[in-house]
Amino acid sequence: MDYIIEAIVACFLLLGGVFMFIGSVGLVRLPDLYTRLHAPTKATTLGIACILLASTIMFSIKNGTLSVHEWLITLFLLITAPVTANMIAKTALHHEIKMLKRSKGHDLMEPARHRAAPCQKKEQE
Amino acid sequence: MTQRKGKSRFLPMPIHSLLLFVVWLLLNNTLAFGHIVLGAFLAITIPMLVTSLAPEQPSIKKPGLAFRYFMLVMWDILTANFEVARKVLSPMNKLSPGMVAVPLDIKSELGITLFASTISLTPGTVSAEISEDKQWLYVHALDIDDEQALIDEMKQRYEAPLKEILGC
Amino acid sequence: MLSFAITVVAVLISAALFINLWRLIIGPTVQDRILALDTMYINSIALIVLYGLHEGTSLYFEAALLIAMLGFVSTSALCKYILRGDIIE
Repeated sequence: MDYIIEAIVACFLLLGGVFMFIGSVGLVRLPDLYTRLHAPTKATTLGIACILLASTIMFSIKNGTLSVHEWLITLFLLITAPVTANMIAKTALHHEIKMLKRSKGHDLMEPARHRAAPCQKKEQE
Repeated sequence: MTQRKGKSRFLPMPIHSLLLFVVWLLLNNTLAFGHIVLGAFLAITIPMLVTSLAPEQPSIKKPGLAFRYFMLVMWDILTANFEVARKVLSPMNKLSPGMVAVPLDIKSELGITLFASTISLTPGTVSAEISEDKQWLYVHALDIDDEQALIDEMKQRYEAPLKEILGC
Repeated sequence: MLSFAITVVAVLISAALFINLWRLIIGPTVQDRILALDTMYINSIALIVLYGLHEGTSLYFEAALLIAMLGFVSTSALCKYILRGDIIE
């Protein structure tokens, strides 16, 4: 019984560690700031959720009562990760940081910076 | 403190009260009777004290649908991560990132916030900026094949249920 | 087995922290550096939770929660600062 629980906890830990590592690799490998935003907001959030889940299982079994306060951190990070990404994207737009040459929608950068509606795309509505 | 019409005196902010209660119990990691009483006391008094600061209260019209939406988002976060992980580890020159403008149908601020947060957490998209008139959301995507398909998918997968849940 | 897994994950997260540090140093723009710092915050939360698991105590939970909150607040303060040159508008 103990062996199985240890195996489950170890699996979650490894999954979480791998995801956090991938998030950081993305931070270095991806070519421009806007794409770099994607890796930490997603991979790292899931990574930490996995590690906290492992901690929940471990302490629940160890103390005999359900230990759920780790979920508070998960919840907090789930709420704050998009806000952080959004704020960084906002400042990047404000500072006119260029997207990668081959990315689509370069014409949207200027209206986005001024928080205006896109001009030539009106027919979509 | 003035109470507006149509608001319960006892629980002016039901969602906030529930959240405060749950967070108190989570923080103390217990279900002891004393903490339940204290948590309930805090959950009732704090909203009463701060209710005059927050003008409009959001309301959930369809709790069942809200729960289904939550599960959908959780599932999408999980799949999003495998997708992003695959893209991070594959060669970079195959990537075609880009910016798209999504027309917004939701009008309430809470709805827009939830929509923007959801698309930031789910497959390959990060919301970057919103236009001043709250009509357009600028979204950066990690890998675009077809802009219109991406916009349509976001709109019908996340915005439509959110609109129904919040009833606006 | 669990202690082995904890060691492996600790190594992975430390490597991730070093990679983030690399981005923090070279990062061509200020935003890159903020992003790297934010990721480092989250990685250090994971490291603290791991240490708690290793020691078998949940005392470190509060530290992890505090770092999560400070990380968010400091990131948004930095963003506000470079956006407007002022933290509180």
